[in-house]
Amino acid sequence: MSDLTHLTIAEALKGLENKDFTSVELTEAHIKAGEAAKDLNCYITETPDQAMEMAKASDAKRASGQAGILEGIPLAIKDLFCTEGVQTTAASHILEGFVPQYESTVTANLFGEGAVMLGKANLDEFAMGSSNTTSYFGNVINPWRAEDGADRTPGGSSGGSASAVAARIAMGATGTDTGGSIRQPAAFCGIAGVKPTYGRCSRWGTVAFASSLDQAGTFARTVEDNALMLRAMSGHDPKDSTSAQHAVPDFAAAMTGDIKGLKVGIPKEYRVDGMPAEIEALWQKGIEWLKGEGAEIVDVSLPHTKYALPTYYIIAPAEASSNLARYDGVKYGYRADENQLSDMYKKTRAEGFGDEVKRRIMIGAYVLSAGYYDAYYIKAQQVRRQILNDFLEAYKQCDVLLTPTAPSSAFVIGENEDDPIKMYLNDVFTVPASLAGLPGMSVPAGLDAAGLPLGLQLISKPWDEEMLFKVGGVIEKCANFSALPQGLIKKAA
Amino acid sequence: MSMDINTVHKVARLAALDIDDAGAEKIAPQLSNILGFIEQLSEVNTEGVEPLANVVDIELALRKDEITDGDCREKVLANAPEETQGFFVVPKVVEQES
Repeated sequence: MSDLTHLTIAEALKGLENKDFTSVELTEAHIKAGEAAKDLNCYITETPDQAMEMAKASDAKRASGQAGILEGIPLAIKDLFCTEGVQTTAASHILEGFVPQYESTVTANLFGEGAVMLGKANLDEFAMGSSNTTSYFGNVINPWRAEDGADRTPGGSSGGSASAVAARIAMGATGTDTGGSIRQPAAFCGIAGVKPTYGRCSRWGTVAFASSLDQAGTFARTVEDNALMLRAMSGHDPKDSTSAQHAVPDFAAAMTGDIKGLKVGIPKEYRVDGMPAEIEALWQKGIEWLKGEGAEIVDVSLPHTKYALPTYYIIAPAEASSNLARYDGVKYGYRADENQLSDMYKKTRAEGFGDEVKRRIMIGAYVLSAGYYDAYYIKAQQVRRQILNDFLEAYKQCDVLLTPTAPSSAFVIGENEDDPIKMYLNDVFTVPASLAGLPGMSVPAGLDAAGLPLGLQLISKPWDEEMLFKVGGVIEKCANFSALPQGLIKKAA
Repeated sequence: MSMDINTVHKVARLAALDIDDAGAEKIAPQLSNILGFIEQLSEVNTEGVEPLANVVDIELALRKDEITDGDCREKVLANAPEETQGFFVVPKVVEQES
């Protein structure tokens, strides 16, 4: 049965439809694979009993002829989505033991379409990080290794989700992307990941980090599988005033393979100093692939690119300091034992939050404080508009942008920890699209000399995720990425 | 710009975070480093640029003024660290005369 865990979601749906196997068998295979891969620490909470119940119900639903888009498919759910009756921690001590009494809209949509939940996936605390090393519940390990044998980061913040999908212990996973938290881990783990347009998925019931940037998205091993998942979880939700009324298209139908005449923009500012030659070469390869399939390559300029990270590190902490004010030990979560209310607040937060979260809350409080608000926060919002305008100008010349996803492959756990800025630079290629609210996708496109996966990023116009799937499908075909993480090769042998 | 210890204490108070002098000494250079990084923005000419608060180009919708949620006290209290008789319980707020 172990080969069930190597199927794509699309293949599994066919197998279920043909009665080759049941969701119970498919789910059981993934639970067993997960038990054998516990050292990766992908999950904060595993829900095997619930998964088997959901699988049984799904088999019955399919038998009655009411199969949903993801009927019977076992998924990992990032532990930032509230799940009714199942602990939801945001990887923080301050939410340890919190059991939501309601279901997030994204997970409700997925379960409504038949998805089965395997467990709650590990992440950086409150999704703040690029290496999944800020989780209160321990680091996640990337199943990919280089010759040095060292444990590598799966990226972050959605590290558990990406690692689980790469390790074949989940068929797909939900993620959230605030500044690159889906695209960078997808690249580091050799899988595909999609951050849709801001407003495509409801944020209701998702633990908030930076509300004007947070957007739910998908991880899976193929572009098509991402399309299926995104269709199932998207849509307008009256409970989120920023979720858009746009109709949800059949994203997979956009994968026609025909990109003749499409204009692909190459932003010159993404050629950053110190980028490894292998990544530059892979980017060039991507350009050649798309050219070979009939696309036209256009050089474009996004002049404010270098200001995207500093802009992000004002806006995201500002929104975080405001959002995280709710964790005060009163209504839910951790409470420090103090006799005075104000002491209880301060101790609860000091003991409940980790170092990176505290740093960001303090930066946020500082840039919003009297006397600094205009100089930092308003200024950042003005530059944010200039970054958005850069993209809108570029889209007058092209249909989609092609860039590398991250400036390196997966690094060894512990690297980049000495200086927060070094860690922040991981998101140099993903943050600009986040600030502009644009949809982006990372597609696995090759391996570096150390045998670690590298991804290419596509960024399209607002609400044009179909363009990502169309072009992403072509890159996937040309790259023909079939390498397996080393851990899985050993197991198979 | 560098953040001194007094500023760290002030910001910690604004953020309701307990921090001692040793903690403030440790975090001050880290925060200063981040502030130095974000200060790059001062070189951008933003004169006359409208600040962008949200990228979503939709108007906030109005709905009928009717009750759509509520009447679920037990659920609201389910995760309370301490509760009694339908209320959240917190440490005393009023100062005691001694």
